[in-house]
Amino acid sequence: MDPDFVERRRIGLENFLLRVASHPILCRDKIFYLFLTQEGNWKETVNETGFQLKADSRLKALNATFRVKNPDKRFTELKHYSDELQSVISHLLRVRARVADRLYGVYKVHGNYGRVFSEWSAIEKEMGDGLQSAGHHMDVYASSIDDILEDEEHYADQLKEYLFYAEALRAVCRKHELMQYDLEMAAQDLASKKQQCEELATGTVRTFSLKGMTTKLFGQETPEQREARIKVLEEQINEGEQQLKSKNLEGREFVKNAWADIERFKEQKNHDLKEALISYAVMQISMCKKGIQVWTNAKECFSKM
Amino acid sequence: MEGERLASPARSSGLPAGGAGGESPGVDAPLLGSSGSSTLLQAEVLDLDEDEDDLEVFSKDASLMDMNSFSPMMPTSPLSMINQIKFEDEPDLKDLFITVDEPESHVTTIETFITYRIITKTSRGEFDSSEFEVRRRYQDFLWLKGKLEEAHPTLIIPPLPEKFIVKGMVERFNDDFIETRRKALHKFLNRIADHPTLTFNEDFKVFLTAQAWELSSHKKQGPGLLSRMGQTVRAVALSMRGVKSRPEEFMEMNNFIEVFSQKINLIDKISQRIYKEEREYSDEMKEYGPIHILWSASEEDLVDTLKGIASCIDKCSKATEKRMSGLSEALLPVVHEYVLYSEMLMGVMKRRDQIQAELDSKVEALTYKKADTDLLTEEIGKLEDKVECANNALKADWERWRHNMQNDIKSAFTDMAEENIQYYEQCLATWESFLASQTDLHLEETSEDKLKNLLEDRLCLMGDKG
Repeated sequence: MDPDFVERRRIGLENFLLRVASHPILCRDKIFYLFLTQEGNWKETVNETGFQLKADSRLKALNATFRVKNPDKRFTELKHYSDELQSVISHLLRVRARVADRLYGVYKVHGNYGRVFSEWSAIEKEMGDGLQSAGHHMDVYASSIDDILEDEEHYADQLKEYLFYAEALRAVCRKHELMQYDLEMAAQDLASKKQQCEELATGTVRTFSLKGMTTKLFGQETPEQREARIKVLEEQINEGEQQLKSKNLEGREFVKNAWADIERFKEQKNHDLKEALISYAVMQISMCKKGIQVWTNAKECFSKM
Repeated sequence: MEGERLASPARSSGLPAGGAGGESPGVDAPLLGSSGSSTLLQAEVLDLDEDEDDLEVFSKDASLMDMNSFSPMMPTSPLSMINQIKFEDEPDLKDLFITVDEPESHVTTIETFITYRIITKTSRGEFDSSEFEVRRRYQDFLWLKGKLEEAHPTLIIPPLPEKFIVKGMVERFNDDFIETRRKALHKFLNRIADHPTLTFNEDFKVFLTAQAWELSSHKKQGPGLLSRMGQTVRAVALSMRGVKSRPEEFMEMNNFIEVFSQKINLIDKISQRIYKEEREYSDEMKEYGPIHILWSASEEDLVDTLKGIASCIDKCSKATEKRMSGLSEALLPVVHEYVLYSEMLMGVMKRRDQIQAELDSKVEALTYKKADTDLLTEEIGKLEDKVECANNALKADWERWRHNMQNDIKSAFTDMAEENIQYYEQCLATWESFLASQTDLHLEETSEDKLKNLLEDRLCLMGDKG
């Protein structure tokens, strides 16, 4: 395994744990605590939570297609933002990689000067020393790009983290959509049951139902039968109203917590990205200083030829 | 940028600064130390050192020397050759100025070709006027080069730019190609003008001054096609025999030329490759910068930072283009000229070898033949003179060429280094000013330390609860 890759992964994993630890809510998670402290059996503990089933059904739900009638504007905007963030960061990372490749090319070709100057210096009496030492500086220049690009990889990793954060943002929006849809379906169901109940009670049939059709075809049901049906419906309506209430509560709680965390996330993101961008500038400065030094040395050698 | 230097060969610059000819501003710092040429010539130099009157005479008045009758058949005394060289080294005394410009396309029913305007300004007496303007095409330059090679087979004639460029060329006449060629032709004529011997060549004068019809009729004179062919056949036959006894110094010279040719070709390739890589880098940078601007549209709090970075990247991309143009102005043409020079040098070595082979074959004939010995001896005598002349001409010109090459290469690479220094300094200034505008001078702990502390706190808390 490439040691540079392993190191970058190590840093990424450490960063992940630090992120969780600094989150006001996640840091209290029991599983997280066990992850950090329990030597063996951690996997068993996790499996016992039955998370796999939940995760699978959650995954299915997240991927299902459905339409919400009254989407929350804020979450819609957040989803757009996360799409944009993902798109722009991945574009930036792609082009950065291409720029890095080109830069690598420029530096490395100069290394060829080193070899050729050295061979040429063998036949030159006066120019020999100058050529030889200039060639050495060309070698230094060519090999300096390796460290420079290694540092840039760390910068790219910092941006990549927010690329993945964009996915996490989208997941939150999706969950909200799910809840909203659930709520709307429950409300719809309740409304239709109430209507059925009303129709049964008053005898008017406004909504189409199979029972209504069969009643028309095969004769009315008995009052007892009707009473029984109304009773069932009323129970269901009660249940439905309870459920709707709790779903509403759940929804409001979700939105409150979600937005609190989104605000926290925004601050963290602004801080982190600004720091990363500034560190990029610092890297460029260091690269320029190295370049000035090498070429100043080379120029001196050339002028002594 | 003209890399032209009227440099003195190593030997004469060994003169003490106090000497009459030594005050000239054009001479570089004295390069003491032999360049491996004949010790005979060096002794002559030392003699001159002691006698300053001789120097004064030869440093100014050209009319004392009968340049126009200079012919390679006449043995040239080393003394007068040195003096010629010395004369040419005073930059204040440069009296022939040539420019090549204004490429123009000419279309006829048969062909399309480009002509270049050649303007010559001179104060020389042998020219009828002080200013000339003519138009010449590449073919004319080829003719001139051929004539110079014919007249001075063992002098190092400056190279002409290539006839065609093989790869990467769609049209023969695109602007870059024409401009590169124009610069090279300008260099070619100026090199001839600066050469102590070639500058007085009659065909050169005709080239610079004659109107188109005059040049055509002049071209028709001289040895006909058949006799030239005959010469070539003889030359090939002689070279087949191989050179039996090439003098030591020419063996060294040949060795140098072989290695030099190899290395300069590699350097040419490397330099072209660097140019290409820099171009591709600059192109990518042009796409890289604007992405940051795009990003800033969705990040209220990072607008300044992102726009700042985009602007820095843009400026660095422009700086790269400047670096590239510096490379193509200063380094690439010089290196390429020396690639062509190295081919030229091999040709010169061959011609020298041929002249010697001519002598060798006659000498061999003498040892086997018993009749016609008088005639042969006479011929051999002439050929011996011819060989000595050719060798001396080459030796002197070789020194001059080595010295020029050293200066040109040194100059070209020093310029390249300077371009790179300026490039990095520009970029440094750009990024530093961006950084200054961004950083609040807060001395808080880094966010990583913050997180680590938090983690420790949380663990303690949970540990207590568990």
